[in-house]
Amino acid sequence: MPGRATTPSTEAQRVTSINITNASKVFESWDGEEIVALEDISLDIKENEFVSLVGPSGCGKSTMLRLLAGLILPTGGAVEIDGTPVKEPRKDTGIVFQQATLLPWKTILDNVLFPLSVMKEMKPDSEQIARDLLILAGLGGFEKKYPDELSGGMQQRAAICRALVHDPEILLMDEPFGALDALTREEMSLELLRIWTERPKTIVFVTHSITEAVLMSDRVVVMSARPGRIMEIIDVPIDRPRTFEVEASNDFQKCAQRIRYLITGK
Amino acid sequence: MTSKNAPSASATSSPASEKSGLAYHLRRIWYLGQDVVLPVATFIALLILWEFCVKTFDIPVYLLPAPSVIYEETASEWSIVWGHTVATLITVLLGFGLSILISLPLGFALTSSRHVSNAIYPLLVLTQSIPKVALAPILVIAMGANELPRVAVTFLVAFFPLVIAIATGLLSVPADLIELSRSYKTNRVQELLRIRIPYAIPFIFSGLKAAIALAVVGAVVGEFVTSDRGLGYLIQTSTAFFRMPLAFGAMVLLSIMGIVLFQLVGIAERVFFPWSSSKQVFAS
Ligand SMILES: Nc1ncnc2c1ncn2[C@@H]1O[C@H](COP(=O)(O)OP(=O)(O)OP(=O)(O)O)[C@@H](O)[C@H]1O
Ligand SMILES: [Mg+2]
Repeated sequence: MPGRATTPSTEAQRVTSINITNASKVFESWDGEEIVALEDISLDIKENEFVSLVGPSGCGKSTMLRLLAGLILPTGGAVEIDGTPVKEPRKDTGIVFQQATLLPWKTILDNVLFPLSVMKEMKPDSEQIARDLLILAGLGGFEKKYPDELSGGMQQRAAICRALVHDPEILLMDEPFGALDALTREEMSLELLRIWTERPKTIVFVTHSITEAVLMSDRVVVMSARPGRIMEIIDVPIDRPRTFEVEASNDFQKCAQRIRYLITGK
Repeated sequence: MTSKNAPSASATSSPASEKSGLAYHLRRIWYLGQDVVLPVATFIALLILWEFCVKTFDIPVYLLPAPSVIYEETASEWSIVWGHTVATLITVLLGFGLSILISLPLGFALTSSRHVSNAIYPLLVLTQSIPKVALAPILVIAMGANELPRVAVTFLVAFFPLVIAIATGLLSVPADLIELSRSYKTNRVQELLRIRIPYAIPFIFSGLKAAIALAVVGAVVGEFVTSDRGLGYLIQTSTAFFRMPLAFGAMVLLSIMGIVLFQLVGIAERVFFPWSSSKQVFAS
């Protein structure tokens, strides 16, 4: 990117902006057919911003997160974090996958500690941090259980703890609350907002729930399928901290209606 | 790591109130029975039937000796028989150990890349298409009349299912888990050690169980071709002198050896990798 001033990031001042410029991703299927998962995506995400991606199934939300995570490379355009192209996974990114993906042979506690142990960043207080996260997620007392002894929703919450354990600057979440019941889901979303306020980070959040997207985000990116494109980016002009009471507000309703219209056409 | 465990969450889900009743004990005995009593009872019934048939129909001993005769003859020569048993056991364990030593790196190599796989897979299949009984005399000429050709035959018979199980296990790791590990910047060695191998453990143990059972077969094949010791040798010499009860005794000892070794592999799995064996789901 010629002309863009690159800001060197320092430890004291965590500058973690994401710039996606005309990015596209084309997959090749077994029979050589090309699948355009993402086409001409441009999106700039500011440091510590909370951005949600919504859109129909197959519009490329997961693909976008995997690009940001450095797990796959764009076939066109550029994906940059702090001005450097994302070529491989970064240590300061935490990911919650669409499936819980816990390691069945490790206890819940060891699963949460996995990022630290595999990146050789275990510290004396790491275990306490993991335990505190688990308590926060309502999993206190399950530290020594194995994943298949937990329900799907509990596994997903453990996976969220794992993504947070190394306090990443960027958090990529692919429908993290998809497997949760409505009540736990609301609780967890407020909890995530609280964590985000306490330890600010850039969050890119994929969800199928329009109200969840509006409640949590600074901006909501509405995408369309085949090929995956950005239809519109909606600013959510609601003050923080937010509670469920804001759902009744005029601004909230306006945002939610606009998103619903874009997705369903009604 | 501190071991502050959580007793609150570990309450069993079985109906606790019934734990002291007679019905509960009867049911426990029934469950135990299904695992232990049932096979043992069937086995004893078969022995009795065998003994009974041999006695009533007066079957000559060179055709089929009665269990009691087998037991008496084997027990009377016990010190000799025991020496042969140990000799076979050593061959089995050496061949099995060699299978593990060679199958693990071979399994890793097979799954490391498509090219490596294409290069060595046909060779592996080739080793399996050669009849081991035919190969054994050739190995004796090449390696000398000692332990080596027997261990080699044992290895050749036992290692193949192990390699296949290891390769299958390493390749069946879900893409999700691989992505998870890559997202934390693991290198290939870490990915192998921390994701692929643990995931493959149940597969590897299936392979180990097949391999130990086949190792017993392989050792006997080796002993048939070249040996002056071992249960295979004992069977050959006793049949040559029409000492059928002793030959039968050696055969029984061979199957006991096979069963015990097989069970030991299963116990090792349960002790060292409890999560691996706890996930078995039976069809009914
Ligand atoms: N590895 C891949 N190989 C081939 N095609 C792929 C691959 N990954 C994704 N796709 C295709 O890319 C498109 C977008 O997939 P993606 O998983 O990003 O959708 P999504 O928006 O996350 O959907 P959902 O809401 O159902 O999770 C789909 O058409 C999918 O078939
Ligand atoms: Mg998805």
